Amino acid sequence: MTATPLLKVTDLAIEFSTPQGRVRAVDGISFDVYENETLGIVGESGCGKTVTGLSLLGLIPSPPGRIAAGSIELAGRNLAKLDEAAMREVRGGEISMIFQEPMTALNPVFTVASQMTDVIIRHKGLTRAQARREAIDMLGKVGIPAPARRLDDYPHQMSGGMRQRVMIAMALACGPKLLVADEPTTALDVTTQAQVIELIGQLQREFRMAVILITHDLGVVAETCQRALVMYCGRIAEQAQIEPLFRSPRHPYTHGLLDSIPRIRDQRLTQLPTIAGRVPDLLNLPPGCRFADRCTRAQEDCRTAEPELTQAGQSAFACYHPIGHQPAEPVA
Amino acid sequence: MSEAAPLLQVDGLRKYFPVRGGLFRRVVAQVRAVDDVTLQLRRGQTFGLVGESGCGKSTLGRSIIRLQEPTGGRVLLDGTDITRLGRQALLPYRRRMQMIFQDPYASLSPRRTVAQTLREPLDIHQIGTPKEREHQVSQLLDVVGMSARVLNRYPHEFSGGQRQRIGIARALSLKPDLIVADEPVSALDVSVQSQILNLIADLQREHGIAFLFIAHDLAVIQHVSDVVGVMYLGKLVEVADATALYSSPKHPYTRALMSAIPQPEPGSGRQRIMLEGDVPSPMNPPSGCPFHTRCPDAMAKCAELTPQFTNLGSERSPHAVSCHLYGHDS
Repeated sequence: MTATPLLKVTDLAIEFSTPQGRVRAVDGISFDVYENETLGIVGESGCGKTVTGLSLLGLIPSPPGRIAAGSIELAGRNLAKLDEAAMREVRGGEISMIFQEPMTALNPVFTVASQMTDVIIRHKGLTRAQARREAIDMLGKVGIPAPARRLDDYPHQMSGGMRQRVMIAMALACGPKLLVADEPTTALDVTTQAQVIELIGQLQREFRMAVILITHDLGVVAETCQRALVMYCGRIAEQAQIEPLFRSPRHPYTHGLLDSIPRIRDQRLTQLPTIAGRVPDLLNLPPGCRFADRCTRAQEDCRTAEPELTQAGQSAFACYHPIGHQPAEPVA
Repeated sequence: MSEAAPLLQVDGLRKYFPVRGGLFRRVVAQVRAVDDVTLQLRRGQTFGLVGESGCGKSTLGRSIIRLQEPTGGRVLLDGTDITRLGRQALLPYRRRMQMIFQDPYASLSPRRTVAQTLREPLDIHQIGTPKEREHQVSQLLDVVGMSARVLNRYPHEFSGGQRQRIGIARALSLKPDLIVADEPVSALDVSVQSQILNLIADLQREHGIAFLFIAHDLAVIQHVSDVVGVMYLGKLVEVADATALYSSPKHPYTRALMSAIPQPEPGSGRQRIMLEGDVPSPMNPPSGCPFHTRCPDAMAKCAELTPQFTNLGSERSPHAVSCHLYGHDS
């Protein structure tokens, strides 16, 4: 891609101090996000995907956490170096975030109206009456029926799906360039999840914003993203466009993850494929590849040095013994 | 008793929760969590119960093994009505029915070691001598793929997947005929989830245990079930063999549910049936068919008449659907 990226993350490392020592939850990851694009970040719990998302908005709780290295450039400005006051302008303005649990992300003691107008007044400098009109407009856009009436509801008066819509409305109220969505549909039922996914896609097209979708659900990624990063243990295992990533995964972890999803099949299997073992302890990482102990393709070299993320063909992957060979260059 | 008699027979089971309010805390309404559910489960088979949150699937599971007292209807275990048995009389039956819970963090006592947790059921039901019990506890861990070295550890020292293994070992300790598994894998990561699903399948094959497997994930349900029941607002709306249900779902709700699952196949280009709105409140369920408010195929009579079950399958392999689209009276 030749266009300049909207967001450029370079060698980002995020560290937490724990009583047992320092832990690198994210350890040297780099990726770009382009305007109007949806990038998926997938991985299992503890892989660092949420921490990565939080760091983009300067929301890493500090202490115990801190950005230990790397840069986060949004349209040329390094967010990792901004102070809290400057970051507050970015947050909710240029970058917004929606969270997994709308009940805990919304304040239960304020009405939707007061929470939404606060954001709009702060970032757009409108009067309360103008902000209220914008809020009603936004609630209508996210599909809340009778928005003028629901605006004065408290969060508990709404269903889970509606609360998630309110959160999306709040996040988009100031027209952000980038939306970070952390497991936005995980707490929702499948039929509601389908509605919310549809809504995010539709709003993205309307506002031409970039979306980073953080999720453990590969099905959601396949249906919504153009590109995805697969994270394992704080590192990027593989990064590619959706098609090659799902059709011909190169990293054995991506392959294992795709294989072990229970999916509706024509024939019932007697055994589901699994990934043996479990994720290593971040405090006590193996010397070589972090996935080596669970990998069926691991050899001697995997246990000595950690593989770097390298581009080959359509994907970038961090593996010495990737699955499949690149097809020979077609003769033009 | 004929050979075909089911291990578990549930007849018109109901569980209503009273809603109290007003000055004198009078009952002002009822939440119909489970409303007239009938199902059968044969020995060694798995009945998969699927539905969205609040549809009453967990309450149904808990009412069957009487962790909650049913409001009406009957539960028969091996032909014996256990619905009204007193505490003492229930004890021998309770031993034959165990439960695996969703949250492996909340369902194990944090103050008990693995050995204590696994021993408790054996002590309560006085199985074997204390020496034998000790031996059995180590064996249980072996069965679920854990080492006896962990016996003196506490739950917080384990990962979610390992805790779920301990929960399964506890359910197995009394050699039950029936296990109610309530969302046993939904709190786990996919790679661990498949390990636990395989373990459950192995145990079922080896020990011939019948499972009532409750989940919201249709793919998980397909993987484990012989028969599947789809629940909506306290009622079963479709019950069929897993093969029949997945190859040709009949009820509009089942179809919408299936089409809503995001598929890990880019560009699968499926047509999604988008349901409008939210699930109505079980305190005030819609008249007629409970699904008519969201149903893309709703007709005028759906709001008035409650649909009855119609068998669209054969005598041997029934495919029961409760929907006016298939009724005989149309």
